[in-house]
Amino acid sequence: MHIEIINLHKHFDTQNGRLVVLKDINMTIEWGEFICAVGASGSGKSTLLRQIAGLDHPSGGEVRIDGEKVTGPGPDRGMVFQHYTLYPWMNVQENAEFGLKLQGIPKNQRRERASYYLDVVGLTSFAKALPKELSGGMKQRVAIARALASEPKVLLMDEPFGALDVHTKETMHEFMLDLWQRTNITVFMITHDVEEAVFLSNRIYALGARPGTVRKEIIVNLPERTHHIKRQSVFHDYRDELMDLMRSHGQEAFAAMAA
Amino acid sequence: MNPSSDSFAPQTSAKPGRTLRPTVFWRIAEDIPKPLNWSLMIASIALPLLLWWVVTALQLVDPKFLPSPGTVLATFQRLISTGELQKDTIASLWRVGVGFSLAALFSIPIGVLMGSFASIRALLEPAFGLMRYMPAPAFIPLLIIYLGIDEAPKIALIFIGVFFFNALMAMDTVKFVPKDLIESTYMLGGDRWQTLTQVIFPHVLPGIIDACRINLAAAWQLVIVAELIAANEGLGRRISYAGRFFKTDEIFVGLIVIGVIGMSLDLFFQYLLRVSCRWSSQRR
Repeated sequence: MHIEIINLHKHFDTQNGRLVVLKDINMTIEWGEFICAVGASGSGKSTLLRQIAGLDHPSGGEVRIDGEKVTGPGPDRGMVFQHYTLYPWMNVQENAEFGLKLQGIPKNQRRERASYYLDVVGLTSFAKALPKELSGGMKQRVAIARALASEPKVLLMDEPFGALDVHTKETMHEFMLDLWQRTNITVFMITHDVEEAVFLSNRIYALGARPGTVRKEIIVNLPERTHHIKRQSVFHDYRDELMDLMRSHGQEAFAAMAA
Repeated sequence: MNPSSDSFAPQTSAKPGRTLRPTVFWRIAEDIPKPLNWSLMIASIALPLLLWWVVTALQLVDPKFLPSPGTVLATFQRLISTGELQKDTIASLWRVGVGFSLAALFSIPIGVLMGSFASIRALLEPAFGLMRYMPAPAFIPLLIIYLGIDEAPKIALIFIGVFFFNALMAMDTVKFVPKDLIESTYMLGGDRWQTLTQVIFPHVLPGIIDACRINLAAAWQLVIVAELIAANEGLGRRISYAGRFFKTDEIFVGLIVIGVIGMSLDLFFQYLLRVSCRWSSQRR
């Protein structure tokens, strides 16, 4: 059972003609995987994620979840956005419960489930706090708990740590790995941060830009997933390979802009 | 390169003395110390009163045209003791209350719908935009023809004067709802109605309260205009009646009461905004 992205194609018609954003994208996501799609700006990675989320419709091809075609957004796919998307007038507990409330789950049940996931992300003691009282990393943890409370098949993450400072980001990486191992959740994350992708994923799709294509699929085999690994050559090899891939397509994009 | 230059000191064309000088009074977009703030606010009311008192005490203007603060206070007390002022105030407040509430009741949901759905916006915005530029008092003759001279035309006038502005301002508040917040709601399983009522509406509520605060000021002006033209009681009617008999002291009482009530309503809405929207960064 898995998510399939089949011959996905997306273009936008602009004043300067047709802009192809995604071209012939084929991917599979097996349950339990942690996958990153890595690309520079212009690789269409956000557009790709929106097609999987069902927030946008592909111009060609399709996304299938367990064989069923995605036609719109729904709580079987938990989404974590780059920008903070907590409801500012609700406290942390209410935010975590809100998806279940929308789905019509009875109060006791949703309180229990939201509390469980707030505990998973380590924010039980902040249940009564308002979003404006939380740090950036805490906000994203609430957003993750909120998405997990619906018990989705996959967690879609749109550069979720892009707005965080380096140290918070590192903490969040360790938190994500821990969460992934404890909950067996499937994660599909897009990022431009190569080290983040290598550190977190068991598989990476490296995207080329203008139009966005899958340039290479890399299976990541790291002996351990602690911050020590980042100083070892095996980590550097993965990182350098990805950097080279991104660099060469960066030059292509530059040439395309100059042309 | 200047070959004669033997100095490695950084060359700058900026003149000395361009450093921004410190100030308290002239700080741009910054708070001033609390005591200074309060003194200036008190002066804002006290200085005109003082000026008024000086001008009348020195008899610089004929008291017939400019009654002294003492005379106005005495007239105020007389109008209170006869109960006339209370009757006028209640009449005006009632008209504003009914007209404004009706306008808010319809304009807020319609405005939020216009802000949320491009289709409803396309359907209503041109018409509302046009109506907004027709001054409400210009409808008075028509309203009298259609509705007579009772309460109905006055309430209708306030409704017309508030409804279109308030709907368009409510519409604008929806612009500030982040698209991510709406899409998050879809991803959590929310349908469009839930998104509208449980996400968009709470998010725009502070903006709507603020729009109502501004448009209440318009309603308060319109009720006075309506009463100036035809009414048996009301603060506007008090003023126009006093004018006919050259009772400038009563005109002053009417004007001051209108101002004080208007400002109280404004302060009440500011309080409502602060209390109901503590989560919002939109503080006034």
